[in-house]
Amino acid sequence: MNSKAFALFKKDLNSELRTRYAVNSLAMFIVVAISVILFSIGNERIPQALAGGLFWVVIFFSAMSGLARAFVSEEERGTSLTLQLIAAPSTIFSGKLFFNLILVFLMNIVIALLYSALFEEFVIRSFALFLLTFVLSNIGLAVASTIIAAIISKAGSKGTLYPVLSFPILLPLILTSVELTSNCIVGTTFEESQIELAVIVCYDVIMLTASYMLFDFIWKD
Amino acid sequence: MVWKTFLFILLCFVSVAGIAFPIVENPVHWYQFPLIPGLEENAKIIFFHVPTAWLTVIAFLMSTIYSFKYLKNKNLDDDAKSYTAAQLGIIFCILATVTGSIWSKFAWGAYWSWDPRQTSIFALLLIYGAWFALRSSIESEEKRATLSAVYSIIAFVTVPFFIFIMPRIMSGLHPGSADDTNSGPIVDFKMNANMQLIFFLSMIGFTILYFWMWRVGYKSLIYRDRILKQSSRG
Repeated sequence: MNSKAFALFKKDLNSELRTRYAVNSLAMFIVVAISVILFSIGNERIPQALAGGLFWVVIFFSAMSGLARAFVSEEERGTSLTLQLIAAPSTIFSGKLFFNLILVFLMNIVIALLYSALFEEFVIRSFALFLLTFVLSNIGLAVASTIIAAIISKAGSKGTLYPVLSFPILLPLILTSVELTSNCIVGTTFEESQIELAVIVCYDVIMLTASYMLFDFIWKD
Repeated sequence: MVWKTFLFILLCFVSVAGIAFPIVENPVHWYQFPLIPGLEENAKIIFFHVPTAWLTVIAFLMSTIYSFKYLKNKNLDDDAKSYTAAQLGIIFCILATVTGSIWSKFAWGAYWSWDPRQTSIFALLLIYGAWFALRSSIESEEKRATLSAVYSIIAFVTVPFFIFIMPRIMSGLHPGSADDTNSGPIVDFKMNANMQLIFFLSMIGFTILYFWMWRVGYKSLIYRDRILKQSSRG
């Protein structure tokens, strides 16, 4: 099962490397989003709490523009029926999730680097806490966006529906991550942020379980 | 018929009692409500706002339960039940949001201040909105039922974060929040017996009203489907 999931991941990676569609559009989107924020700020100094919030705004909209393609591409090429014959639904979900995880991590590392280079106010004081927040919320983001991508690939209208469906699902994650990021900027310790970290861990586990359980119903027509 | 008459009388009594009974500092008569510090006359909204918020969650819960049932049995009647529950849920959700924000204008000074409770009711409104957007985008009945059932379950597992976790870990203005000292768990301590009685009567009345509306709604949907199927067959 794992080898099949890995094969699916490699297939996605190869087709991505050949066209570079997702990576290119994501990179451009990140540049556009950050420059829009920089233009609108101008010469003003923004409060530190706002810097942490805007960081997640960029991440959310980049994810919305880049991660929708996971299952839509299979529907467009007409390969979803073949996939259904070859592998079990959970295997397919694993492969797609793994690809999206890599994409989310790449995207968010680029955003974090660019962001900390361009925003003077975005200074992380408790780095270990930020790293943990970053990893945990990236996992949550990847899981939730993969399952929503599966839903919209089967629904009629594809582009506009994705952020609409994802936002309420991602809201607990984003609110907690914003809170944690501003904690990191202020420089609080691990102990003070324990509850928020626990909330994100809960979110990841719940989303992962629910996604694996429900993916069967989406995938089988 | 008996139920409807009972419901009518109950809701009339609750509305009259909730609006007209006076709030005094030391209640002596059975119709007087106690004064809750920090809430004063604004406290009366509890008879109407809390039931709508309660029904928002109940409707969502029922919508999810029937989504589960649909995924298990693939019976389109369950989808109709889930859909009607969500329709009523969004009505009560809007009512709760509007009554709450009018109340907050008088109690906190602004219609909207992103209190954790306001955030969570807003998130529920977004979930309902997204759910209806998803439903309207799919043509085929079975596909629509399946995908919306899946989405409603995924959305439902995030609801505990909004309803139970956020308001308790974040500080807020809403009565019953994490740092709320002056008007803490209202139902237990600050309300006297007659206020509690009317509050629970109101909860019961609204809940019966909801179940009645829900039955009428899903039955009409199921009958409509049957008639459409028969006419297409004949």
